[in-house]
Amino acid sequence: MGMTMTQKILAAHAGLDSVVAGQLIMADLDLVLGNDITSPVAIHEMDKMNVEGVFNKDKIALVPDHFVPNKDIKSAEHCKCVREFARKNEITNYFEVGQMGIEHALLPERGLTVAGDVIIGADSHTCTYGAVGAFSTGVGSTDMAAGMATGKAWFKVPSAIKFVLKNKPAKWVSGKDIILHIIGMIGVDGALYKSMEFTGDGIKYLSMDDRFTIANMAIEAGGKNGIFPVDDICLEYIKDHSDRKPVVYSADEDAEYDSVIEIDLSTLEPTVAFPHLPENTKTISEIKEDVFIDQVVIGSCTNGRMDDLRVAAGILKGKKVADGIRLIVIPGTQKIYLEAMEEGLLRTFIEAGGVVSTPTCGPCLGGYMGVLAENEKCVSTTNRNFIGRMGHISSEIYLASPAVAAASAIKGKIASPEEV
Amino acid sequence: MNKANGKVIKYGDNVDTDVIIPARYLNSSDPKELATHCMEDLDSNFLNRMHPGDIMVAKKNFGCGSSREHAPIAIKACGISCVIAETFARIFYRNAVNIGLPIIECPEAVEGIDDGDEVEVDFDSGIITNKTKGTSFKGQPFPEFMQKIIACEGLVNYINAK
Repeated sequence: MGMTMTQKILAAHAGLDSVVAGQLIMADLDLVLGNDITSPVAIHEMDKMNVEGVFNKDKIALVPDHFVPNKDIKSAEHCKCVREFARKNEITNYFEVGQMGIEHALLPERGLTVAGDVIIGADSHTCTYGAVGAFSTGVGSTDMAAGMATGKAWFKVPSAIKFVLKNKPAKWVSGKDIILHIIGMIGVDGALYKSMEFTGDGIKYLSMDDRFTIANMAIEAGGKNGIFPVDDICLEYIKDHSDRKPVVYSADEDAEYDSVIEIDLSTLEPTVAFPHLPENTKTISEIKEDVFIDQVVIGSCTNGRMDDLRVAAGILKGKKVADGIRLIVIPGTQKIYLEAMEEGLLRTFIEAGGVVSTPTCGPCLGGYMGVLAENEKCVSTTNRNFIGRMGHISSEIYLASPAVAAASAIKGKIASPEEV
Repeated sequence: MNKANGKVIKYGDNVDTDVIIPARYLNSSDPKELATHCMEDLDSNFLNRMHPGDIMVAKKNFGCGSSREHAPIAIKACGISCVIAETFARIFYRNAVNIGLPIIECPEAVEGIDDGDEVEVDFDSGIITNKTKGTSFKGQPFPEFMQKIIACEGLVNYINAK
């Protein structure tokens, strides 16, 4: 019986010729990731293990990004714990403030994630690296600890849903709109325990940044991973960013899927997820009522890359955000920050009346840098709109693309980029 | 501990880890401190109405969202003895196994149990008994591999034992 792309990568890392869905395997890891919230718990767990240090100092990435630059004393202590662990274990890929970025924007940019890898990260959006043809999935801190100690993790081999993306996306339709459309269709547990394998001729129209956004939100449909085939666009990206050689796997012709879902990208519209679940989606033309807002966030591991900032700046250029709207723009990494500066995008955001922040996850999870008050509403390019996610439990988050977010900032309410 | 026995506190679908333990408290990783904010954004009365040993029951996709292990840690630290759900989000499922919080998937039991019922869970057999209603259900047993991790009371001890 044929294997899916995910199953092939897992089989190779478990030293097996083949695997089947449901099989429990022990797989070798190419990278283990943690951040300032999850790593301290992992480090504490690792201290309890009878092991001498980490399995490989080059295959661990520690990225303080959630509450840095330190938002308070307790966060500072967490970061200190991670920093000291990194020093003691001579971790190659520890990223201090100044080099750090939002982990899932940073690692591919630094060439640490390439096709064919098996990657675990103590952050649910670790599934992002499926965009480069890697198997990557989120885990908790104890799994991270075991991964750092042994270089291995146990997995139940997932079955898969195949998404056939067809044709060229309609105007203003980005990776974010595609994945919100999919989550709206299958629900927040529609891919529970499964791989989401994206294929089809529409993929050639998707930039790497679009693919990162789509793979990033596989978890919001409950998916174990989301993965893209490795085409020329992907290989070019890996070549430009990494010295490592990609290993290209593709699904067998006779691979079995739990279901196959075809999506005609040319028929999609900009899509917004209403509170309080990413599956509560409406297309922009379905939104008839005025949804007035207080804040707009453009950034995060989902939408803080160059494509995202360029689209937003293109809409905001020469315009002003509506009175009373707080626009917060967060480039995903220092490199993106610099590029955005050199292209003049930061000037556009600031002249429009927005603020530009150092890379941080801050507002996405209601940490800092944009927490919402009672009854406030925010259009955000982030990934979750759960109750209380960005602040007060009565606040509301509307998930959208950078284009819709920028247009909404100008209009002061949810708006289509066509309207501005 | 092969059995859990307690009163049920029941929730609905898609209870996410942000409401189990809001991110504003993640500047701590101390289980006792996390426990004082458990379920705060979903049920502000939770800590007042729960007693150590109580059983949490929820519908589908329990623990979805963030991978924060602080969520099962908070639930365990405040004294919940077991979580029964129709389905668990996969990262929460792994985390619960890894830290030794007993969990069981059983849609029929969730259907047949109401908030406040007295329930017993036998982890060896997977039998869930609703003592209030006099009914019982068979939960999904763990694969053998995971049973070994649970028998070691978590992944750390499992690795140390190897």
